Amino acid sequence: MDNALEVQHIKKIYGDFTALNDVSFSVPKGSVYGLLGPNGAGKTSLIRIINQITMPDGGKILLNGEQLQPKHIEDIGYMPEERGLYKSMKVGEQCIYLARLKGLSKTEAKERLQYWFDRLGIEGWWNKKLQELSKGMAQKVQFIVTVMHEPSLLIFDEPFSGFDPVNANLIKDEILKLRDDGATIIFSTHRMESVEEMCDHIALINKSNLVLQGKLSDVKQQYRDRNYAVSLICMNNDMAFQQIPSEFNPLPIELSGLDNTLDFQIRIPENVEIPVALNKLTHLGELTHFSEVIPSVNDIFIQTVQHNG
Amino acid sequence: MDKLWLIIKREYLNKVRNKTFIVMTFVSPLIFVGVVLLIGWLTSINSDTARKIAILDQTDGDFISLFESSDRNEYIKLDGISKEAAVAASKQADYYGLILMESRDGALTDLSFYSDDSPSKDFLESIEDKINDKATSQSLEDVGISPSLILERKIDKEIQVQNFSGEKTSKMSGWIKIATGGAAGYLLMMFIIIYGNMVMRSVIEEKTSRIIEIIVSSVKPIYLMIGKITGTSLAGITQFIIWVIVGFILLTIGTTFFGVEAFTNPANADVMAQAQDMTKMELVINDIAQLPILKLLICFFIYFMGGYFLYASIYTAIGAAVDNETDTQQFMLPVIVPLMLAIYVGFFSVMDNPHGTVAVVFSYIPLTSPIVMLMRIPFGDIAWWEIASSMLLLYVSIIGVAMLAAKIYRIGILMYGKKTNWKELYKWLRY
Repeated sequence: MDNALEVQHIKKIYGDFTALNDVSFSVPKGSVYGLLGPNGAGKTSLIRIINQITMPDGGKILLNGEQLQPKHIEDIGYMPEERGLYKSMKVGEQCIYLARLKGLSKTEAKERLQYWFDRLGIEGWWNKKLQELSKGMAQKVQFIVTVMHEPSLLIFDEPFSGFDPVNANLIKDEILKLRDDGATIIFSTHRMESVEEMCDHIALINKSNLVLQGKLSDVKQQYRDRNYAVSLICMNNDMAFQQIPSEFNPLPIELSGLDNTLDFQIRIPENVEIPVALNKLTHLGELTHFSEVIPSVNDIFIQTVQHNG
Repeated sequence: MDKLWLIIKREYLNKVRNKTFIVMTFVSPLIFVGVVLLIGWLTSINSDTARKIAILDQTDGDFISLFESSDRNEYIKLDGISKEAAVAASKQADYYGLILMESRDGALTDLSFYSDDSPSKDFLESIEDKINDKATSQSLEDVGISPSLILERKIDKEIQVQNFSGEKTSKMSGWIKIATGGAAGYLLMMFIIIYGNMVMRSVIEEKTSRIIEIIVSSVKPIYLMIGKITGTSLAGITQFIIWVIVGFILLTIGTTFFGVEAFTNPANADVMAQAQDMTKMELVINDIAQLPILKLLICFFIYFMGGYFLYASIYTAIGAAVDNETDTQQFMLPVIVPLMLAIYVGFFSVMDNPHGTVAVVFSYIPLTSPIVMLMRIPFGDIAWWEIASSMLLLYVSIIGVAMLAAKIYRIGILMYGKKTNWKELYKWLRY
């Protein structure tokens, strides 16, 4: 599979602080790539390097197989986490200006902006100043500014912050449509549920180092830990309370019960076959639910960060 | 290059379309003229109410007849009372003052003025002159010399000032040069401060509105910096040209409608009227015409651009280093001190001796040369190579300063929420 972006051994040092330490990963073409990490891990530094806002102190970056050059600026769209536009400039004029800075001609810019303004339902705001717009409206303008030059790589830093749920969904659909049209998307976010929903690949940066990367399904596979969710209607709760902890390492040790039903999670030890475990459980009562717990991105994130911390 | 042009255009239009800019450009010349007229008018009302001044003449000299009441001074003649009584009466009646002439055997011995106010030197001297003239005549007559004969034989030549090529100037010449140079230097300083601040605010605005990150992901920060400084300077030039045109129109209207009198200080109108001798007036006009106006305008333009670019670079760096305008104070010192120094050197050293060491040295130092050299130019006699090398030094140093400023700018614009100090700035320079 072709890679839209290859980050190779990138290093960035500010004074005596290392912001990125030998970070390498590849973003496949047409993927939605989640770039995760706690605050201050180095995500913004990396994004700024990809955008050629700052230069790395080591390593290189390939965009569609070519070493990153100034001309590639026009092939990347970037929506920073800290949103910003000129407050006292008219929306339309401002968008044309920013589009032309990205290399579009004036007529091209107008055409495309017309299309996007209609599409997102803000066509009436062309001649309004930005400060007259609501926050959600300004976010839509920001989104248009990011995508209007039809770049092959789109980088969104916390794309959904500031949107109400309806508009967040609208933008999500637009992003997925852009992917379907051939663009590659990089997402930098703390909102794990949106990663779960949209990303097919992830990379996790913690304390300047890349600690995890790959296809989301592979990562999850790797983090499967024989955890199961169980619901049991017991005949004798006391016996169950005694036996379960000793045999199944319940995780966490919290048995919650409604009437006679017990809901709990267990971790089945390596040396116990699943059917054997299942058999033991049925002896304790009537088994109403048994399923594997696939780790969420959130769990993986917290686990990895704590482990590395 | 296309992108740089786009940025310049945006910065220019953004400044020029701004309401404050439009108001400043068209209204401030009117305000200026209005203030001048207002001052003139206020001065004329000020002298409307006549001051009451009592006179007690104890001599036989009939000095009292010298004092005729006018619009400004009303004289009350006291007679036959003692000095003490006159002082008490004047105080009680709340007169402005009392002129007292004391005598021995009818001849003037002492001349005093009593007042709780502080009368002007001119006023006191006019009293002295009147009385002394008359007393002198009387004493001359007493010894048998006719005062009119003395007046006839008296020689009173006025010194004619001209330069070595024979062009005549008035005694006002030096003053006109000081005024012209001073005005040009002061205007330049104001322009640098106003437009430098404008650039700085615009940098802070982009930083706080966070649009900076979008812009620098499209163009190199150095382009944005150059574009911003250039666009703003063009706005400044536009304003200056409009002022010159509006000023010229107002001046033309003023001279046609009010005549030349409109430009003389109304407070001195009566003094001027006496002294007004057409040939003198012509010399003054001639002096103004002889100022190197074209040279001054061209130099003003070149020094304005140079001085502005130099200071604007510093202003840009300051804007990039802070998060809001209130934090700029600590960095303002290196901007304000050289400007102030230039103005003071201009007003004291240059006015005193335009070719003195201090004046010459400061007209070469890039931070002060635009103002100081501009103040020296009206005095003439500055070789073209002096001006050229001062300009060259200025423009070379702009490149150096702009490069340092660009380093700070590049890092500062992406630094949020961090209090910056001098040490931090030094670190940025070394990244």
